[in-house]
Amino acid sequence: MTERRHELRRYPWQVRDSGQLLLVVAAGVWLVASVAQTAATGLTDPRTAIAFGALIAFGEVLRLNLPGDRESAPVGLAGALAYALLIQVGHHQAKHSAHQVVTVAAVGMIVGALPHLAVGRPARLSGMAVRLLCVACVAYIFRPLAGNAAVVRDAGLAFSLMTSLAIAALLLEAVLNALLRVDEQRARFKVALVDEMRLQLPLGAAVGASALLIAFAAEVMGLAALAVFTAPLLVTQVALRRYAGIRATYLQTVRALAKVTEIGGYVEPGHSERVSRLAVAVGRELGIHEPQLLELEYAALMHDIGQLSLRDPITGGATIFVSPTDQQRIAGLGADVIQQAQVLGSVAEIVRRQNEPYRDIDPATGGYLDHPDGERDGPPLSSRIIKAANAFDDMVGSSLDPGRTAAAVHQLRLDTVREYDPEAVEALSRVVNRRSVIQM
Amino acid sequence: MARLSWAARLYIAAVVAAAAAVIAWGPFTFPSNSWRDIAILGLLLVVSESTATRLSPGDLSWSPNTTATLAAAVLVGPVGAALVGACTAFSLRRGPSPAQRAFNTGMMAVTAYIAGRVFVAMHGHVGVLNVNSFPGIIGPFAVAALAHVLVNYALVGGVLWLARNVEGTTRTSQAGMTRVLFSDLGYGAFGLLIAALWTVVGPFAPLLVLIPLFVARWAVAQFAEQQRAYEATVGALCQAVETKDFYTRGHSDRVSRGSVMIAREIGMRGDRVEALRYAGMLHDVGKLGVPTMVLQKTGKLTEEEYAAIQLHPMRGLDIVREIGFLDEALAGIMHHHERIDGRGYPMGLAGDEIPEFARVLAVADAFDSMTSTRSYRGARPTDEAIAELRKWAGTQFDPAFVDAFVAAIKREGWQRPEPPVLAADELATVPAQDHDDPSAPLRVIDSL
Repeated sequence: MTERRHELRRYPWQVRDSGQLLLVVAAGVWLVASVAQTAATGLTDPRTAIAFGALIAFGEVLRLNLPGDRESAPVGLAGALAYALLIQVGHHQAKHSAHQVVTVAAVGMIVGALPHLAVGRPARLSGMAVRLLCVACVAYIFRPLAGNAAVVRDAGLAFSLMTSLAIAALLLEAVLNALLRVDEQRARFKVALVDEMRLQLPLGAAVGASALLIAFAAEVMGLAALAVFTAPLLVTQVALRRYAGIRATYLQTVRALAKVTEIGGYVEPGHSERVSRLAVAVGRELGIHEPQLLELEYAALMHDIGQLSLRDPITGGATIFVSPTDQQRIAGLGADVIQQAQVLGSVAEIVRRQNEPYRDIDPATGGYLDHPDGERDGPPLSSRIIKAANAFDDMVGSSLDPGRTAAAVHQLRLDTVREYDPEAVEALSRVVNRRSVIQM
Repeated sequence: MARLSWAARLYIAAVVAAAAAVIAWGPFTFPSNSWRDIAILGLLLVVSESTATRLSPGDLSWSPNTTATLAAAVLVGPVGAALVGACTAFSLRRGPSPAQRAFNTGMMAVTAYIAGRVFVAMHGHVGVLNVNSFPGIIGPFAVAALAHVLVNYALVGGVLWLARNVEGTTRTSQAGMTRVLFSDLGYGAFGLLIAALWTVVGPFAPLLVLIPLFVARWAVAQFAEQQRAYEATVGALCQAVETKDFYTRGHSDRVSRGSVMIAREIGMRGDRVEALRYAGMLHDVGKLGVPTMVLQKTGKLTEEEYAAIQLHPMRGLDIVREIGFLDEALAGIMHHHERIDGRGYPMGLAGDEIPEFARVLAVADAFDSMTSTRSYRGARPTDEAIAELRKWAGTQFDPAFVDAFVAAIKREGWQRPEPPVLAADELATVPAQDHDDPSAPLRVIDSL
């Protein structure tokens, strides 16, 4: 994660805009108002408040970093939602106000964030703000209803109401997180939202169900419910943490081994890394979803791995200056290597077809060899993106000089007649323009 | 369990008959709406039974069905629990044979019935819980859960023992059984929670309780899958690195296996063994930084060329440094050519100064080199290579690890590489020396 921040600093086209700030300020204002209200009326049922506050703080300490630099605090969020949805604790009816829910949740989150700050990790205010806003919305809708006689008596009504509120809260969380992503990485909103929902669905279901369980079970078991129903969520969290860890190691390993080509003198230093960053930025610009984006990143990192099978390095390693047949052969060798892993089938396919021209030209007539029904069996989008990004890097290298960049983009545009996908080239042009504008 | 012995068949028949008997005798003295509860809990059992996972291929499979039967024991009593247990018959799982299915059904019914009886005998109150049930119910329930798990364990143990000679039933490890025992107790605890929630949300209780459980299992499966993918990818990439040098194909893989054998023999901790395995796979990655010309040179090496070879562990470290490994794996990669007497490279460390991983890797590395075919000699027999290892123990290798490796090979054997078959276009890439081979040290032109 620190590495991610590092990247952000290094690549100015990814700087954060003001959306995050807006969100944090909104949550902050709400928080101040709630604290003031709670202070004026006093804490209702302090024992319950402290128990839930402690659970939320505990959950915040155990924050989880999911793939794609997504931060979440499943236990904390489940605890806060349960507190907002509480109807009865043992024999007593829960009478705390929505303000109190927001106050307890916020205090719990802040206390839980302190250990992170103490060991030098960032506080991640935006994530906390998103969680707080979700909890606040649920609390302000449900707290007034919780005292309602109909809700207390009719378990079915309470169940459906609470379930829909929990689902709505988790949807709101997905939307807010997607908006933050759009803001941060210039992803498209629809793509970001779908990615967010797909990634968070299982965990979200577990969080929502646990929140409901805690809220209902508190009626029968009292506050023991908090400890009991946190257990499955903790198991999930441990497994997901290890999952995220191995995924990060995976990416680091592919990156490291892609560097083998550089140390072996096959390609210019930094080439694979640059091509992969550029390809991912272009892919995001074109609205590629995250799982495919990861495949694109792997393929881009390993696109030159086939050169390892060559006896001697190609001078300079710049593959666009090599004959097309040799390029195809190297791509094929690389794909064979990746194929052996058996789990990266589509990555191998992307690497195999990275040099195919975008359009086939009939050598006799000079016209396109498009299929009559418009369906072309062309290379996959990711291959086309890598082709463009690779060619761009071969021409520009690590230079950020705007003149050189413009010349390279111009060259790529000229070749869209046959070699490069015009869409990919345009997206690439937008990405590199953003980069050089900020650079100047 | 394709062909069962008569004893096993008889045993299964007895279990099924016992199940039928307890259900038939009743007494069916529960309130009328219990039939709805039994149906819902039965459905829950079928769902969890149908999603059972195998502990490992060919091993016992387990599922969280204890949750359903124990909830039934509390909510609808022993006979109701037996009925719920009998719903195992409707499992959608395709794996089990008819005999297995019959046994599972009978076993679950009997187990659930006994657990229910124990619960009642411990003065547990059968029926929907209320606020006053806690904490009094916890004691009887815990005893019932324990009885459930033990009866289950005993019945399954019995059938495994009777069917032990039948082909296809692998012996389940003690550790595996213990794990099932504990996870069953854990899942059983959720049975009480379902029973408790039944008061508030009725039949929605199982749904709510099971969502987090299934997500937890999903997360564990995701982790396992990612781990497998990672291993496969590292293996494939290491092979890519090796394609350059024809004779050393598979070397990294074998060194990795050999190192793990040594590590297990000396009782190394699990996560360190894992790290060592990756270190073995990646130990020669730095060879890519050595010009092919030098690696394949036939004559004596110049000082500069020898220096280039001596640098390969450092190059390897440069490549893998950014991987979030244990530091130990990195140290192992960097120092795998150090010698106990201090005459190795790149640092010339001696004795205990050399990291443990590096000392392990050195033994496996040299052994694989000696037992593989090289252009300048054939593969040596295993015995001869062991003798060679012993000869260098104390000067080049750590004697303790040599002993451990020899012991492991004696027990588990060693899979030697196939002799390489040269393709026509590969003749040119034949190295004439091997830097890993202790019996034929690199020949360096003497500068004096």
